[in-house]
Amino acid sequence: MTRPSLYSLTLALPLLIWQLAFFAVPLIFLIAISFWTVRNFQMMPDLNFGNWERILTRSVFWDAYLRTAILATTSAVLTSFIAFPAAYAISFKLSERVKQWLIFVLIIPFFTSYLVRIYALQVFLSDEGIINAALGMLGIGPFGMLNTTFGTLVGMVTLCLPLVILLQVFSLNFVNRDLVEAAHNLRCGRLRTVLAVIVPSARVGLVIAALFAFILSFGDFVSPLYLGGGNPPTLSILITDITKSGQQWPRAAVVALMMIGTLLSVAFAAITYAYKERGK
Amino acid sequence: MTGNDNRLINGALKLHIAACVLFIFAPILGSFVFSLNSDRFPSLPLGHFSTEWYRLIWEDPFVWAGFFNTVIVGLIVAVIATLLGFGGAYTDFRYNFLGKNVYLALALLPPTIPVVIMGLAMLAFLSRVNLSGSAISIIIAHGVMCSPFAMAIIRLRLSQMDPDLEAASWNLGGNEWATLRHVILPFTKPAILAALFITMAVSFDEFAVAWFVSGLNETLPVKILGFLQGQVSPRINAIGSLAFLSSITLIILAQMLLRNSTKDRS
Repeated sequence: MTRPSLYSLTLALPLLIWQLAFFAVPLIFLIAISFWTVRNFQMMPDLNFGNWERILTRSVFWDAYLRTAILATTSAVLTSFIAFPAAYAISFKLSERVKQWLIFVLIIPFFTSYLVRIYALQVFLSDEGIINAALGMLGIGPFGMLNTTFGTLVGMVTLCLPLVILLQVFSLNFVNRDLVEAAHNLRCGRLRTVLAVIVPSARVGLVIAALFAFILSFGDFVSPLYLGGGNPPTLSILITDITKSGQQWPRAAVVALMMIGTLLSVAFAAITYAYKERGK
Repeated sequence: MTGNDNRLINGALKLHIAACVLFIFAPILGSFVFSLNSDRFPSLPLGHFSTEWYRLIWEDPFVWAGFFNTVIVGLIVAVIATLLGFGGAYTDFRYNFLGKNVYLALALLPPTIPVVIMGLAMLAFLSRVNLSGSAISIIIAHGVMCSPFAMAIIRLRLSQMDPDLEAASWNLGGNEWATLRHVILPFTKPAILAALFITMAVSFDEFAVAWFVSGLNETLPVKILGFLQGQVSPRINAIGSLAFLSSITLIILAQMLLRNSTKDRS
């Protein structure tokens, strides 16, 4: 191997240094401070397992953990099921022109403020809000939707749906059209073609789309707080509460590390599942 | 398509797409409508047309301060993230080396880390090195979060380039730097501009990490978070609509640049 030239280093190193210093190091630092102690509102370097013990023996934490996991799983499953018929239709039924246009439309939400959207959703969902007023004209309701789990899920699905549809469309675009044609010719019914041919061929992409929905929902603190009412808290609300209400950052770090551990395990399990027995 | 009941199924599928798009865009459109409505808390029937909320934010010095912070941070972040992203994209395009996977993971992973965790890690680390609570801390954090987008956009453009082009330039006597300047940069220019716009748009709307690390130098999205925590304020809709219009302008500019550049090639 040749020695790297000045030219190659000038181009490659800035990004490496920036991401090492400001991405990798802060995350590793998070591990370190989870063992530190707080005295007189100051963090002191230490090797103390007290923070871990304190967080992991509290039922508040485990309740929040379970609640967050259930919410994120529900959101991932719900979003995947809502997204699939749309992604299927975009990939298989629409002209190239309409397809391109819809993909562009679905990218737009990534560049809108999530906070502003959640605020608008509050107006839609509240007791005297748009939806209840509309239902009231039909003589139904009102339904309590704000500050409920339903509200949280609406927010999470709003957040995840565009991304999940896009990822599903990309994976469905790679499904071999000859296979679908063959299934048709063999008189395989429409629904059965989707379930027995299309879904298995696109499995990797579909699982990864659901994984992204899980990751986004698991870490989201805005929907649970402003649409779900924030009480009882989710893990991300716990982190913001602990961090913003004082110097107990080591404990917040423990919660954050538990979240990262969970996300890594879920990602690993999902990817293993996605690639398992491929082509069988 | 063949078959006779297709029309019904296709119609239902198209309706479903329309419902999804409506669901996704209802809050965005809603906030536009609410921003021009007289009611503090809009409901049906809607109140009358009013520009009151825009007048209120226009006269609010805190909103202006937040706006200037947002723009300055966004401009600096766009330049930094695009420079870093360009280097990363070119490195991935041109070189193979030991540990390239680690390099790419470091470069591309930040958007998958939940923002609360990024925020906490950044806050803890930056306050340790005495950088938290300043605009610099937001720039640092947004640089981390935006450079993957810049890198992805520029990398896509590079993959459209004939690798022999570079070699041809070297054969004609251009050294690597001259080739970079006269071959690579002109070729990737549309993607570089697109990356500038996109990263700026991402920085404009990022509130969570900025909220953790910003201290008193709040950007506009962090202001919105403050409004949300306080009482109901339709000013959020007015700010949100303006922010949306500026973001969408940046995105459309980026999209036009990228589309034209794909045409150039053929």
